[in-house]
Amino acid sequence: MQELVCFIPLFPLLGFLLLALVGKRLGEPASGWLATMMVGASFITAVIVFFGLRSEDSSKRIYELELFEWIPSGELSVSMGFLGDPLSITMVLFITGVSTLIHMYAISYMHGDPNFSKFFVYLNLFVFSMLILVLGDNLLMTFLGWEGVGACSYFLISFWFDDAANASAGKKAFVTNRVGDWGFMVAMFFIFFKVGSLKYSDIFASIIEENLISQVTATVIVVMLFIGAAGKSAQFPLYLWLPDAMAGPTPVSALIHAATMVTSGVYLLTRMNPVLAEASEWSTNLIWIVGLITALYAAAAAVAQNDIKKVLAYSTVSQLGFMFVAVGSGLYVAAIFHMITHAFFKALLFLGAGSVIHGMHHEQDMRRYGGLAKAMPITAATFILGWLAIAGVPPFSGFWSKDEVLLAAWNENKIAWVLLLFAAVLTAFYMSRLVFMTFFGKPKWAEAGSPQIEDEDQSHEASTEGHANEHEVIEPKESPWLMTLPLVALSLLAVIAGVLNLPFSHDTKFLETWLEPILFGNEVHVSASGSTKWILAMVAIAGATFGIGFAVYVYRLNRITPETMEPKILRDAWGFDQWVSKFMDGPGKKLFTSITWFDKNIIDGAVNSTGRLTEQIGTKMRVLQTGLVRTYALGMVLGSIVVVIYFITRMNF
Amino acid sequence: MGSFAFLSLAASGPSFPTIPALVILPIIGALTVALTPSARVGLHKLLATLFSGIVGAISVWVLAAFESNSDFQFVSERTWVESLGIQWFAGIDGISLFLVVLTGLLFPLTIVAINPSHDHKAYYVWLLLLQSGCMGVFVALDLFMFFVFFEIVLIPMYFLIGKWGHGNAKYAATKFFLYTMLGSAIMLVSIIALASLHSRDSGNDLTFNLLEIAENPAISTTTGRILFLGFALAFAVKVPLFPVHTWLPDAHTEAPTAGSVILAGVMLKLGTYGFIRFGLYLFPEASHFFAPLFLTLGVLGILYGAVVATMQSDLKRLVAYSSIAHLGFIILGTFALNTQGIQGATVQMINHGISTGALFLLVGIIYERKHTREIANLGGIQKSAPILAGAFTIVMLSSIGLPGLNGFVGEFLILLGAFTANRWWAVVAAVGVILAALYLLWAYQRVFHGQADPSDEEIKDLTHWERLILVPLIVAIVYLGIYPKPMLNRIEPAVDRLVAHVEEHAEEGRFREPTPTVGVRSSFADLVENFEHHEDHHGHDSHHDEGGHE
Repeated sequence: MQELVCFIPLFPLLGFLLLALVGKRLGEPASGWLATMMVGASFITAVIVFFGLRSEDSSKRIYELELFEWIPSGELSVSMGFLGDPLSITMVLFITGVSTLIHMYAISYMHGDPNFSKFFVYLNLFVFSMLILVLGDNLLMTFLGWEGVGACSYFLISFWFDDAANASAGKKAFVTNRVGDWGFMVAMFFIFFKVGSLKYSDIFASIIEENLISQVTATVIVVMLFIGAAGKSAQFPLYLWLPDAMAGPTPVSALIHAATMVTSGVYLLTRMNPVLAEASEWSTNLIWIVGLITALYAAAAAVAQNDIKKVLAYSTVSQLGFMFVAVGSGLYVAAIFHMITHAFFKALLFLGAGSVIHGMHHEQDMRRYGGLAKAMPITAATFILGWLAIAGVPPFSGFWSKDEVLLAAWNENKIAWVLLLFAAVLTAFYMSRLVFMTFFGKPKWAEAGSPQIEDEDQSHEASTEGHANEHEVIEPKESPWLMTLPLVALSLLAVIAGVLNLPFSHDTKFLETWLEPILFGNEVHVSASGSTKWILAMVAIAGATFGIGFAVYVYRLNRITPETMEPKILRDAWGFDQWVSKFMDGPGKKLFTSITWFDKNIIDGAVNSTGRLTEQIGTKMRVLQTGLVRTYALGMVLGSIVVVIYFITRMNF
Repeated sequence: MGSFAFLSLAASGPSFPTIPALVILPIIGALTVALTPSARVGLHKLLATLFSGIVGAISVWVLAAFESNSDFQFVSERTWVESLGIQWFAGIDGISLFLVVLTGLLFPLTIVAINPSHDHKAYYVWLLLLQSGCMGVFVALDLFMFFVFFEIVLIPMYFLIGKWGHGNAKYAATKFFLYTMLGSAIMLVSIIALASLHSRDSGNDLTFNLLEIAENPAISTTTGRILFLGFALAFAVKVPLFPVHTWLPDAHTEAPTAGSVILAGVMLKLGTYGFIRFGLYLFPEASHFFAPLFLTLGVLGILYGAVVATMQSDLKRLVAYSSIAHLGFIILGTFALNTQGIQGATVQMINHGISTGALFLLVGIIYERKHTREIANLGGIQKSAPILAGAFTIVMLSSIGLPGLNGFVGEFLILLGAFTANRWWAVVAAVGVILAALYLLWAYQRVFHGQADPSDEEIKDLTHWERLILVPLIVAIVYLGIYPKPMLNRIEPAVDRLVAHVEEHAEEGRFREPTPTVGVRSSFADLVENFEHHEDHHGHDSHHDEGGHE
């Protein structure tokens, strides 16, 4: 059954080709359904392959398939080959599963868009690239998917390209990602130089069996791969593109910028675990430290955002930081576990936000929301489940996976644990804030024609009262079933996904057993005793409760004015983005301009003045020469014609 | 002499004179066009299409008949000036094969796609002569013959830019002409010096035969280095390499669309091809000696071209500067002096020809509709011309080097080769990949995204005719990105031979150790299984006795 693995990416590819050719003619909603069916077919295939692998012995759960040789050159031989193993199939299962639901949702969400079918062209191409990324049996295949998803992300962020901001956000995402890709490429060069191959099995064999890679090289490779991973997975300081990427339609944010693409970095580092194991400790420390910084930094920024999608964007950055903490500490299973649960609850939250935005006529400012639970009961109910999952409330899925990430931090360093716990508390807090502002309290939208809320304007009371110039009165309604059905499905998954890896005994750690063969014994086992783990879990629960409780205190009971909790520095995400933009527009641009000036005035200037000088000398010496290039040229033409004729006459074919 | 006895094999048989046909048919075409009455405008185009098309068809036949080995094939050899040892000596190997095909196909495509604004007859005459010249350069294996064609090429291009160009066309054409003439003058001296010194030092008759000179090195190291620089200067100007590049933006910007397409697609390869075919082959020691210099210039070109491209306000000028960056990659790969580098450089020559040629076509189409190339005056084109935007996007992504499209293959091989030769330059050069995304996407955003100026009339989307022209280019872009193997397989033997030649003649012991190759490992599955077996022994101490060693 494993042979079917090549069909998994084939379906979305077929969908992409069909839609690119006849999508416009199929129109709405047929093109959307076609795309959904293709991804659904991938999902079903993936399930079959999964059961095929499961039926094998744990050491035989690997299926390799080589389609054709892609780039042969000298010692280099790269194939279009697939690797179906526990890790890639795990990735494929949640990617295609979540994708199918989001495709379905998008049929309704994108209703009426003039480029409806084009949206699904890109979406199918994205799924195809993502599947290539995780199924590739060598680094270059992964890179092919890696850049492919980047390109699709670029298309989809700037999908509504009329708006300059969307177009800019797309470009920013692509260019920032390319900075990471530079690291990925350099890592490949080092690996090829040392191993002579880019195939995963060769690389691992060279480490495990032949010791070809020294510690220093492994360290360099890990750092370079991490730069690549940090670009794609939005780690500090390359996270800058992700908040802006929310300019894309909400299904895109859910699929690409929350559930799948942004987790590629975690996948890559997990896949390369033998190299990480070989590298010196500081490089893996670097990974978890950057992860920790990102987790804290972004969680703090999420506290003060008013745009519902921005909150979720910073939340995603922060959660990815959690995953990197786990990867850097060598707890790969925890990282993958959190990646899966996060895919469920974050996709759910984004789609829920999309449903709200849809119901609110594209209003994204939470200060205009409130009391929506009554108007949109299904959205609210499912969203609340997602909220409890991300906040870390047991027994929802996020609790279990986050607990393991916290254990990873504990295992590394107690201070790291405290800081990460704080990030978790912040998570519970900002998500509660979001839920309260959106679904509970006084409906702000009911007050007709509320004026524009200025960004600097800190008080939402001031902005919502008065000015009764009645423009449109928004009457939020529940979204259609095509949108709510995926919400229900995802909320179910967000609730129960914890069962994938329950910590009670070895038998309940399904994911850990499943992934074991591809981790080559590199999974770190936390040394803490059982009782310590229990205490840590209790502290985590207390933290989550505190975060939610404090949000109730501020946003429900209004004991503290919310403004004090939302300083401008947090709203600006610590001002880093502005600082970078300022640098780019200032010294950066100046450097580019001066090089261009140098080209025009110095280099070309030198050429032209030499030309003028010779011309002047030429005029003085003009006795025989006419000084006209034209004449010379004609002379040459005549000369060459003579030569050519001579040629022809001298030859006897 | 005996060292290239294999030639007799390939040259045997009174078969169709392929190479003479490739070179001379366009000249016959040019004469035919010149002889038709000026009033019959349609006929000129038809004849030009016909002749260049036949040449294209022959080049495709060459591609089909080419055998994947390192020999020169379709060799055609005739005595020319016996007393001076000058020959008509031509052949095609893996390195020149695809350039011949590109020249064969890009010309008819350009002729079909673009109509000149005036003086139809002369325009087609010059284009056909240009095709002949380019073909001649790529097949010549005699130094003198090479030089003749290398020079012939200048003239049609000079007139194409000067007569059918825009704006400051005369200035650009003159600059182009004088600049490249200067280089070639020095090359001519070097060629003559090389031939005569070689005959003096080897005691043989005077000859300009490339193979004979290269395979029987006679001149001293120092002489070789000096003469190499003479050749290199001419090639560097032609590439163009930083800092002798400033004729290119002017020539490109002022040239008519057809001129730009041919200039970028074919003519810029004369220099890079010259470096590989003549620079490395004739002067292996000097190439090795000066490699650091050219690696540096290549990297500088990559970064510098990209930075200056970013700041251009004229779309065509931007594409011109992007060419400088791409050609920097080719030089980088060439002077990596290893298989991946030179193979990548050869592939990149073709890919750059396709992608940049297509890019210039598209810019020409935009110019035709909007009558401006100023990026600031364009905008929002995607809204009214989605197909034009889509075509531009694919070509742009190919130029950026997106894996799965053609541009990536060459760039990746070049960087890989450069890394083995000099890792730091490769690491720095890879930054060019970031910059390429920056300048092209930024330009795309300003030209295609956003809102169109409401006062403007709607821009027309691609016509069926234009689509038909672009389809083959886009098909090539995708095909060569996904399945470059047939191309790489045909290029590799010639490159390997060249690399072996350079390694043999360059100073011994200065070459890198060959990359270690892992013993062929059957699969990931074995690896995992083996690992599980050894888990009892704990850890991964080196098990040298295991696994598939050679």
